[in-house]
Amino acid sequence: MSSTEFIQQLINGLSLGAFYALIALGYTMVYGVLRFINFAHGDVFMIGAFCGYYLSPRLLPHFTGWLTPLGPVTVLILTMLICALLGITIEKLAYRPLRSRPKLTVLITAIGVSLFLEYGGQFVFGADPKSFPELMPDRALEGTGALTITTTQLAAFIVTVILLVALTLIVKRTRLGMAMRALSNNPTAAALMGINVDTVISFTFGLGSALAGAAGILFALSYPSIDPLMGLLPGIKAFVAAVLGGIGSIPGAAIGGIILGVVETFVGASAFSTYRDAIAFSLLIVILLVRPAGIFGRVQPEKV
Amino acid sequence: MNYRHIKKWLLLAAIILSGFASHFSDAINAYYLQVVIFIGINIILAVGLNLINGYTGQFSLGHAGFMAIGAYVSAYLSNEHSAGFFHALGGASFFSVAALFLGVLIAGGLAAAVAGLIVGVPSLRLKGDYLAIVTLGFGEIIRVVIQNTDAVGGPRGYGGIASYTTLFWTYSIVAITIYVVVSLIDSTYGRGFLTVRDDAVAAEAVGINPTRYKVTAFVLGAFFAGIAGGLYAHSTTYINPSGFDFQRSIEIVIMVILGGMGSTAGVTFAAILLTLLLEYLRFVSGYQWLPEIVRRIAANRVIIYSLVLIALMLLRPQGLFGWLPRRGVPVGSARVKRTKLPPHAP
Repeated sequence: MSSTEFIQQLINGLSLGAFYALIALGYTMVYGVLRFINFAHGDVFMIGAFCGYYLSPRLLPHFTGWLTPLGPVTVLILTMLICALLGITIEKLAYRPLRSRPKLTVLITAIGVSLFLEYGGQFVFGADPKSFPELMPDRALEGTGALTITTTQLAAFIVTVILLVALTLIVKRTRLGMAMRALSNNPTAAALMGINVDTVISFTFGLGSALAGAAGILFALSYPSIDPLMGLLPGIKAFVAAVLGGIGSIPGAAIGGIILGVVETFVGASAFSTYRDAIAFSLLIVILLVRPAGIFGRVQPEKV
Repeated sequence: MNYRHIKKWLLLAAIILSGFASHFSDAINAYYLQVVIFIGINIILAVGLNLINGYTGQFSLGHAGFMAIGAYVSAYLSNEHSAGFFHALGGASFFSVAALFLGVLIAGGLAAAVAGLIVGVPSLRLKGDYLAIVTLGFGEIIRVVIQNTDAVGGPRGYGGIASYTTLFWTYSIVAITIYVVVSLIDSTYGRGFLTVRDDAVAAEAVGINPTRYKVTAFVLGAFFAGIAGGLYAHSTTYINPSGFDFQRSIEIVIMVILGGMGSTAGVTFAAILLTLLLEYLRFVSGYQWLPEIVRRIAANRVIIYSLVLIALMLLRPQGLFGWLPRRGVPVGSARVKRTKLPPHAP
């Protein structure tokens, strides 16, 4: 592999990793406050892509002239709102009634919700793949020499960075963010300090789902064929990314996503390309064996 | 005559009965016969998974992967080596076919058991959600590896498998599986599985090694899944990696949950019920007089699965058959006191 090719693969890996990072953040935040894996998270990502698919032909024609760049932004923001509402609804209907039950019950419900979104989506949207509309001109940037960087890659990267910064500010600087951190640190003490646990959990689901929705749109821009089952693999891989970075840790999720994206791209470019989808799982098993807490995770002793 | 002997007699009776039924299988409509055999295969899968998910309290989402290993190994052996085997035994007689089939089934089961050991060993460190994802991952890895193995056709699938599976084989193995699992759980050793599920720390304190029990459960469950895979391969005569995907694993999990985790009788009923329901839905989706929306929902069976799962967890986490005998406190029952707030640490 020449050095140009190496850098090219690195760039492709980074842009793939950005999607994983955005999805992984939702897993990690929900895990932080509820200690459970929201299996349906990958499907919120799929719903995000479909929101973009149905919204853009209806919204984009209204943005003409100097307003044109605002069109995709509006689609993105609306999608994030819809996905946030979806996440909050799922939590209210399916997970909240089970909160005092054993974890396994919630896990099974989450699998049920995930299957419902996937196959309900197949029922509503149709099972055949749809081609995602072009929200913005997709062309290679000039002046990058032998490297190819497309405008969508660049846009995805910029949006990811903006969302990451916004998320960090929300978690570190706002009262709700502080409540979130308190809840993930010690739920009992947080509740005793007067934090409204239900509100914080709803907020967390909303935030995570909005990020997944954004990831759905950005993903569909780069891989413009969307179908109702598209969320399954990226969802599971993003979970691996969250574990890799240390589940419950926000910077960990971002870094884990990027590492996974890069590793996967390099394997995809190597002789083992047909094993690409098995890489994430092998990586997961290795991490869980070697360092179960992940890169940034805290090792929590088990209380008896 | 005590209870233990009754079980042995029942086992023998079931085997003889299945042999008898098999004798008349030519008189049964081929489609019905296939459905009855699938029911048996699903019972074996579900009862085996119940040992892992129900009795031992683990959560495996990769059962189809073990089934795939059993199916491919047994199919490969019977395809590639049957000629030599028959030659050595002097032609394909009733007994040489039986010996060959039993041999390849056990080989498939053992191969799956080895895979179960490989999955079980990392499982000692993991619980609940993590274990679910890792087993899901293993199931997918197995599928990807098969897809990349040219000797068994890769993604094109593997055909030309002899049609050895009969009612006798299927239901004898069903009877043996149920017998083994019930006897195991009833034994002094087997109570350890329930102890590990109910409280691993307490189990350790009384000298039960949770790790060993978990791994044993995985290996045994995988072994039965491998045998079921062998039966499946020799029944359909063509197998394809995508037939052993995540959805297949979920199907088995639903049978276990529907039947009530930790109840072999319930799980057996659930396997029968769900297999019949899924076959019936095939017809429903073809009934022209039904409104189109009903037909489309019937054709898309996973929507029904998912709603069943969610409704069951919200309304009846102990499964449909709460009145059937089971061991220990049912998973998810109100009798298990847990903290109200989300528990800590993976």
